[in-house]
Order: sequence, then C-alpha cells, then structure tokens
Amino acid sequence: MAWRWGSVVLWGGLLVYPLVVAQTDSADFLQDVGATLVLAAISACAWNIVGGYAGQVSVGHAIFFGAGAYVPLMAYELWQAPPVLGLPFGILVAVVIALVIGTPTFRLQGHYFSMATIAVAELIRLVVGNWTLVGAAIGIQGPATPRGWWDLVFRSAVPYYYIFLAVLAVTVFITYAMARSRFGFYLRAIRSGERAARSLGVPVRRTKLMALMLSAALTAVAGSLYAFKVGFVNPESGLGILVSVQMVIIAALGGAGTLYGPIIGAIILIPLQSATNTWFGGSGSGLTYIIYGGIIVLIARFEPGGLLELWHRLVAPQGKRLMRMWRKPERPHAA
Amino acid sequence: MILLQAAVSGLLLGAVYALFSSGLTLIWGMMNFINFAHGEFVMLGMYVALVVTWGHFGPEVFGPAAAVVLFCLGALVYMGLIKHVMRGPMLAQILSTFGLALLLRYSAFYVFQSDFRTLPESSLSDTINLAGIFVSRAQLVAGVVAGLLALGMHILLTRTTLGSRMLAVAEDRSAAMLMGIRPDRMQALAWGLSAASAGIAGALMAIAFPFSPSVGETFALTAFVVVSLGGFGSVPGAMIAGLTIGLVEALAGYLIGPIYKDVVVYGLFVAVLWIRPQGLLGTL
Repeated sequence: MAWRWGSVVLWGGLLVYPLVVAQTDSADFLQDVGATLVLAAISACAWNIVGGYAGQVSVGHAIFFGAGAYVPLMAYELWQAPPVLGLPFGILVAVVIALVIGTPTFRLQGHYFSMATIAVAELIRLVVGNWTLVGAAIGIQGPATPRGWWDLVFRSAVPYYYIFLAVLAVTVFITYAMARSRFGFYLRAIRSGERAARSLGVPVRRTKLMALMLSAALTAVAGSLYAFKVGFVNPESGLGILVSVQMVIIAALGGAGTLYGPIIGAIILIPLQSATNTWFGGSGSGLTYIIYGGIIVLIARFEPGGLLELWHRLVAPQGKRLMRMWRKPERPHAA
Repeated sequence: MILLQAAVSGLLLGAVYALFSSGLTLIWGMMNFINFAHGEFVMLGMYVALVVTWGHFGPEVFGPAAAVVLFCLGALVYMGLIKHVMRGPMLAQILSTFGLALLLRYSAFYVFQSDFRTLPESSLSDTINLAGIFVSRAQLVAGVVAGLLALGMHILLTRTTLGSRMLAVAEDRSAAMLMGIRPDRMQALAWGLSAASAGIAGALMAIAFPFSPSVGETFALTAFVVVSLGGFGSVPGAMIAGLTIGLVEALAGYLIGPIYKDVVVYGLFVAVLWIRPQGLLGTL
C-alpha cells in the first residue's frame, strides 16, 4: 500500500514539476535540468534491466546510447530525413551490437562481461572518432531550425520534458511487466546464482542475451531522445565512458534491480551534478567526478542495495510502527 | 631496418605491459576479481616518480619509491574496501574498484592539473646504438627491468613458500585456513604486490614517456587486453601476451598509422573474445 502511494507521489511530482518551476525566476534552467533528469532516468532504467535485474554489470552501455544518438543524426546528415525516422534504425544497430558483444562474453561469468563491455565501448569510440563519414572527432549535427514539428526542434525544454516523461513511463511499465513475467524470474535466478539457475532448467545464455538486447534497445531510445534535444553528438558525449558510468551510478545509487531505484538515483544525482557544475564552473566537472567516485565507493562498501534498500530497512519499518500506533486506539471501539 | 627499430621498442614497451598486467592477472587468479583501478595505479606510479624528482633524486629511486607507495596503497585498498565488498553482490565488487578508479583519476587531475608532464633530464636521457638500432637508454632500462621483475613475480608465485601460500588461498580459502595460513593477510599481500607491480611499471614508463592523469584509462584497457589474451590468472600468459601486444601496437603504429594502433589492439581483444575467450594459457 505504502508503495502505491509512493509511486503516485513520484509520478505526480514529475508530471507537475515543469509547471511548478515555471513560477520561479530561473524557470528555463530548472526545466532543462528536469529534462536532463528524466533522460538520465530513462537510460538508467534501461541499464537496470541487464545490470540490475540480471546482475550482468555492463560498463559499456554508451555504445547503445551512442548508436541511438548517431543514427538519427546520420539520417539527417545524409538524406535530410527527419531524425525521428532514424530512431528504429538506431535501435536495430544497438540490438545487433548487443548480439555481437553478448554472444561471446556471456560464455564467461563474473567480471569478464564488465571488462569486455568497457573494451568494446572504447574500440567503438576510437573507430567513430577517426571515421569522417560519422563526423570523426568533431561530431555531427541535427537540423538547426525546424522544418516542421516532425523535426522535434523546440526552443523550450518543456516539450522535451513531457516526451521524455512519456518514454520513461513506457520504460518503467516494460520493466514492471518484465519483472513479473517468467523472464523476470529467470533473470533474478541468474543474478543469485548462475549454476543453480542452469541446474533448474533456466536457459542462462539465451536469457542473458535477451535481457541485453532489450536493455540495448531502450538505451538506444534514450540516446535518440538526447540527439533530438541537443541536436548534436560527438564521440565524447555519445560514446564516452562517462556516459556509461552515469547510468551505472544512477541505478546503483537508487537501487539496482528495483523498479524505481534508477529514478530515485536520477532525482538525487542530476541536480547534484548541475549544482557542482554551476558552483565550481568549468573546473567543477573534475570535482563532479571525484564526488561520483566517492559515492560509488561508499555505495559498494556500505549499501550495495542502494538507497531504496536503506529506506526499506530504516525508514519503512518506523513508518509501519507509527501506522500501527495510530490505528490501535480504534480497535476497542470497533470491538 | 625501421621495422626492426619499431619491433624492438615495441617489445621493450611490451615488457612493461607484461609487468603491470601480471599484477592484474594475479588478483584475478587469487580471487576472481578484476581491479578496474589498475590503470590508475600505473598512473600514480608515474606521479610518484614526478614527486621524487622534486627532491632531486635520480631515476634509480623512482622504482623503489613507487613500489613502496603503491604496495601500501594496494594493501590498504584491500583491507578497507575489497575485503568487505567480496562478501557483497557482484555489482558491489565491480562498482568498488570502478569508483576507486574515478576517485583516483580525478583527484590526480585536481592535484597535478591535466597537462602532460615529462621528467627532467637524467642520466637515462641519451640514446644508445645497438648494432644500428637506436634505443633510448630510458626505454631500454624500463624494458629490461620490467621483464626481470615480471619473471621475478612468476618465480615468487611458483618457487617460494610465500607463493605456495598465496596459491593455496586462491585454491581453497577455508582449506588454507586449516593449514594455518591467514587468507586475509595473503590477499592483502597479493593486492600490495599487484599495485606495486603497476606502480613500478608506471615509474619506469615515466622516465621514457610524457604522461597526464588520463593515461590510466589506456593502461587499464591495455592490461585487460593483455590479461584476456594471455589467459585469466596466468602470469606466464600475461608475460607472453604483454610482449605480443607491445609488438603488435608498435608494428600497427608503424605500418597502418599511429592513431590506429589502439584500434588494432582492441580489435585483437574482440577477436580473442570470439575465438578463444579463455586466452592463450587460460582455462575456462
């Protein structure tokens, strides 16, 4: 019951956020941060499917994000097509790459997959950075002025915010449906012990591969949305290792393998990030990553379940106790 | 002749790769754990060398100083962080060293700034002529010392009581405890040795090459490629693979172009992944 109220507050808050901050002095800035936040939540939710539920920690999800960001802008660059038309192809490219990485690496267990994803991501970043067709180190640009609404170029962040929020809702719904299905149980079985899962008849490799493909597809959608909003992508912003790291840390901070963990993580981390960037200026980005690193180490050491687990352990039982104390006096009257 | 020149300097660099990669593979062999901060240990070794030059010490102090500092850091990281996350889920294990890598890299940016540094002129700054092949003395010393140390690590693990104890802990922790070995002590020692090998490798490379806080990422990836090519947990494998990667990198840089040498190396990694995921000398 408590959690249903929690999700009503969460979604309600996200829904009215741009309207509320519209009343403040820095409305544009806050709405932009909001859109960034929702986008980060989408990619963290997408990562969560394979990294959280299946327990296969990918540190190379930037590959899929980059595929989603590059392909629509390429479609515009080469054929002047509206970037939206490139989205399905971006998803396709991401899924194919997921197959290419997943097929060999899922033969091995443990940390190997994480390491392989980093190396492949770095390989792709280097190749793209030296390939003139995809803009090399400079990057590629989308339509600067809209030719119609289908180009999805808006001056305000608010339309993007609501598009992103709709996609986030779909992503969360897919995760929710997945977690309750047989497939979701397979994933959690694999996370708790691959050998045991296999002995119980779980098709381990196929399930992991399917999870990676689903996660890659959703991450590619996030990448495309990023490209629509920013209208520009280069190897660093689309394929850099920090893109992958951000997804991992957001999901892990909120709670990897939980439905709302990634959203909670984004709500905490993205405002923190824009705050350090504004307070400390350009040199602040270094400080941001020192804080990132510190947070990651602390989570790993003290609370690997993330903040949601901390909540369930510390705050939720107190709440239940309060609820019981509040209800107790009613009973004698009823009896 | 130029090809031979490239091959020699590639092999000398490859020996340094072999040294820090055997540190990474040691940890994997001991506890099935990949240290994502290993490249940062190499980077710190370079900055230890830089700090040592501020005290006007010669290059012979770089290696020992880096070894001592990094050994302490490695053992400290094990006692403070790794020991605890080993009991947690895999996500925590991977996050712990990953976060450590970010923390170390960006702290180095903060302290030492992002510009490339070179060490001041020293007794190793000249070039020597080996039968028509020109090698900088620094590179020669780095390669030879690193090769000997990697060999030393292999001998330590296979020919001494201490090595047997460490391998016993790797084999079966509780059985080792029954034999009177303290697993935590052995593993802290392994982390210390691993970090020290990275630190010495860094200090040796600092004599010959310019460096910045961002180099750690490249070295981490190089170490991953070497370890997966050589086979996880195999120190001899890491030595052969380190030399191979150094050679491949130098030849690719010479024959195809310097910007493509990393592409070739990571491409080789993907090929190994597909064809022989257990590596040359590893077992699945």
